[in-house]
Amino acid sequence: MTDLSRRKLIIGGLAATAGVASLGVAARIAQKYGLIPPDHGGIYGFGETLTYASHRLLTRHSLAREFSESQISRPPLANEMPPLNNAYKRLQAGGFADWRLTVTGMVDRPAAFSLAQLKSYPRRSQITQIACEEGWSYIAEWIGVPLSHVLDLVGIQPRAKYVVYFSIDPDWWDSIDMSDAMHPQTFLAYGMNGDELPIGNGGPLRLRVPRQLGYKSVKFITHLTVTDSLKGFGKGLGSVEPEAGYAWYAGI
Amino acid sequence: MPGSESAQVPLAACVASSASTVPSTASTVPVRTVTPRHSALVRITHWITTLCFLALLVTGMEIVISHPRFYWGETGNVLTTPLFKIPIPSSRSLVPTGYGYVLPDQNGWSRYLHFQAAWIVVLTGLLYVISAFFTGHLRKDLLPAESDLSWRGFSNTVASHLRFERPSEAEAWSYNVLQRLSYLFVIFVLFPLIVWTGLAMSPAFVSAFPVTVTSLGGQQSARTIHFFVTIALVLFLLVHVAMICVAGFKSRMRAMITGRMIARRADTHTERT
Repeated sequence: MTDLSRRKLIIGGLAATAGVASLGVAARIAQKYGLIPPDHGGIYGFGETLTYASHRLLTRHSLAREFSESQISRPPLANEMPPLNNAYKRLQAGGFADWRLTVTGMVDRPAAFSLAQLKSYPRRSQITQIACEEGWSYIAEWIGVPLSHVLDLVGIQPRAKYVVYFSIDPDWWDSIDMSDAMHPQTFLAYGMNGDELPIGNGGPLRLRVPRQLGYKSVKFITHLTVTDSLKGFGKGLGSVEPEAGYAWYAGI
Repeated sequence: MPGSESAQVPLAACVASSASTVPSTASTVPVRTVTPRHSALVRITHWITTLCFLALLVTGMEIVISHPRFYWGETGNVLTTPLFKIPIPSSRSLVPTGYGYVLPDQNGWSRYLHFQAAWIVVLTGLLYVISAFFTGHLRKDLLPAESDLSWRGFSNTVASHLRFERPSEAEAWSYNVLQRLSYLFVIFVLFPLIVWTGLAMSPAFVSAFPVTVTSLGGQQSARTIHFFVTIALVLFLLVHVAMICVAGFKSRMRAMITGRMIARRADTHTERT
């Protein structure tokens, strides 16, 4: 072995060690500051973690773009969806009077809210765009109560990291981190364009997460759970989306 | 290696810029030489970029298939008039394509791989551009010489391309002016534009940097521009590969893989004409 190649070997070895060590340190820091998404395993974990971490660092306090009333898409598109189940139809027959949003998990006061209760809280509206991962989009006025208002009412515990939310369709649930959950534009939406929220757009209650793609805005919300770990939900990937091959974080 | 290829020419002698016409020896006999052509960094970043581009292209097409309609402005969906449609079947039944069937949905892994390849190609591109500034690669190999930008120099190169002339031996050692300009265009115009229009489609990214999308006229405009920039990049790829075939597929591939060029080189010729 010549001197040159030995030197190269030593430098290369040191560089590799330093690289692995700094990756380890970066992973620890990222874990601590909540920069690692639940679907970070597997071959796409590298890109997914970079996307989620950089978005969390860049967009922690940013607001989704809002539009003028004249920019609202008319008519609003109601995306195709699976047929509504019997539980939904029963509640629909009763005019959704018995629709409940139950909130459990790491909260001080677990509660169940009726639509009337939710509507009695400060009413907020936003004109934002909903974009589908397929490529289409529309703009609508969304009316509802900020999720943070409801979370403040039940009192989230300090260890809480995620809010898991469930549709009345048992195969449809998702989760967001506390940064998105407490975001002022994350709504429990019950109205659209000055009216009730149409069934096709998720009525009577939809979680609206405007800084992420449409599939994070789950329709027909009946249940929320506040948690510090997503391991116990489904396959532990954070939502049904990664189980079907889609990213948990949909900010891009 | 055959013995005749032994003469190692120092790197400085074969890099492009020196327009020296002074022959290094008095001999006019062509000699076969093995000489460094592309640096390791150029080769590695070239092939990583190639792999990422192909991954981005395939996954991008898969994503487009789920909604093969393009719009201008902020919004667009099946209820609005498209700017244009691609007449192919869709992977989603929402889109009225005129075909009686839908293709398998491949968006999940396509989106995962698209963004992963995007990260890798952006990081690779940054490494390449930053090092190109510091190593002189940009100045020596990419920026055209003043003489090349004269009308005569430029038209000579264009004319020889139009005649489909096999490039002279000299061109194996340096990029000609058309090559330089198209590489610069890809690196400093198309590449930033494809990244920008991609980010402009991200609802989270534009919440922090709204001007990235408003300056393009809206999210759907960004998607449409992203599509056209892709077409420009594919055209570049096709011409790039065609030119390599014209110039000598084996020697150019060898140069980009091993970094070495084996070619006949008359010592007396000027390196760039």
